[in-house]
Amino acid sequence: MARVLFLATLLSSGSTVVGFHAMAPAPAPVIAAASDLKFALEEVAARYAAEGHERVELVFGSSGLLSRQIQDGAPFEVFLSADEEFVNQLADAGLARDRGVLYALGRLVLFAPSGSPLVPDPELNGLRALLERGAVTKFAIANPAYAPYGRAAEAVLRKRGLWERLQRSLVLGDNVAQAAQFASTGNAVGGILAHSLVLAPPLRGQGKYVRIPESDHPPLRQRMVLLKRAGPTAEDFYRYLQQTGAREILHRFGFALPGGSGPPEG
Amino acid sequence: MDWAAFSLSLKLGSATLAVLLPISLIAGRTLALQTFRGKGIAEALVALPLVLPPAVLGFYLLVAFGARSPLGRLTTGLIGHPLAFSFAGLLAASVLINIPFGIQPIQRAFEAIPPDIREAAACCGMSRRRAFLAIELPLAWPGILSAAVLTFAHTLGEFGVVLMVGGNIPNETRTLSIAIYDRMQAFDDRAAGLMAATLLLVALATLTITHVLGRRIARRHG
Repeated sequence: MARVLFLATLLSSGSTVVGFHAMAPAPAPVIAAASDLKFALEEVAARYAAEGHERVELVFGSSGLLSRQIQDGAPFEVFLSADEEFVNQLADAGLARDRGVLYALGRLVLFAPSGSPLVPDPELNGLRALLERGAVTKFAIANPAYAPYGRAAEAVLRKRGLWERLQRSLVLGDNVAQAAQFASTGNAVGGILAHSLVLAPPLRGQGKYVRIPESDHPPLRQRMVLLKRAGPTAEDFYRYLQQTGAREILHRFGFALPGGSGPPEG
Repeated sequence: MDWAAFSLSLKLGSATLAVLLPISLIAGRTLALQTFRGKGIAEALVALPLVLPPAVLGFYLLVAFGARSPLGRLTTGLIGHPLAFSFAGLLAASVLINIPFGIQPIQRAFEAIPPDIREAAACCGMSRRRAFLAIELPLAWPGILSAAVLTFAHTLGEFGVVLMVGGNIPNETRTLSIAIYDRMQAFDDRAAGLMAATLLLVALATLTITHVLGRRIARRHG
């Protein structure tokens, strides 16, 4: 007990010092974003900075992980989720300014790295044939437990009747970017990934892919929201994300865009 | 190479040392020279972070430090944010994880000082403070130094707990180890490789230094 108290004292003195540090220059706001946005949002942020705005820091992870971190007090100012559910939960918990806006609709692809025996097709017939031949080494998706793209991938595989049979071959990424990394290393015959990731330079040209019909999974309605601690720079970046320039980039990375930029709902 | 992560790791390593080394000196010497009830439990507690899976420690610390815990609410009231996902929280976690690395080498070093040397100092009329500064500390310094080196190197390398308690926030909790993971997920193998090589060299240097110091202790008292 004495040690705990002693530590607590030390900690509080330590954090005071850190607190002073944080006060000196206004640090760049930290934007938490779903991993499918990895390359698209980096480009948006680079363009935002190039146009003379303040800098923003980007942190990527699965929407589920980021949402949990926000509930535990992570210092994020904007949250771009890959679905709506996590944003709604945060809004219900009083951790968001409002219920946010829909900024994109995510698309799934079936990806096979160069040299893989898998030939991608929208109905997953190639994957089925490989499974029947016992030729599926590993197949990568994001973890459905907390990654929206993993959930969507699971829905696709269930619809095609492959989910049970694929169990022993699945490798689950912490988020869809890690799934993409697993799928691209050649250890896996392929994976179900975000369209936005296979269009980005690290994966582009590293294999073949096809888009999976949107009707095969519940829509990936990607919603973003200003969090309680958002400052002026975060607010500005949030507005910027809804403007033409940013929307063009998202479109180029394979996202479908919701109708107008629209005012925040609710 | 993520220089912000590099300097954050150095900062975390030094801060951990600054907090843990004084504690380790007191605790290590006490454990080495004194017998008291519950010493077995105390030593087990000191060694616990060595055996405890990082995920267990990370989970408990995240729950304890997060905004939803009583401690989280307290720190939010005091310093404006919970300990989780902040440098202060990372420092607290780092100190806890490094307790065995700080205390054990120092305890061994004090244990290795023959009792007759300390008795001789007392016979000569040296005060306990003087004996500590002039006799014990110089004899124990290789142990103290290896505790410092181990703690520092281990802090640079810690991954699981840092990821769970700190998240991956640039300039705040993204240490070199986390930056490697981050770059790997971004398909940036070049940066990840450079940082991995840096940590490999640090680890190698650490082991070399501790071995040399270990031999020195052995020679002195062997």
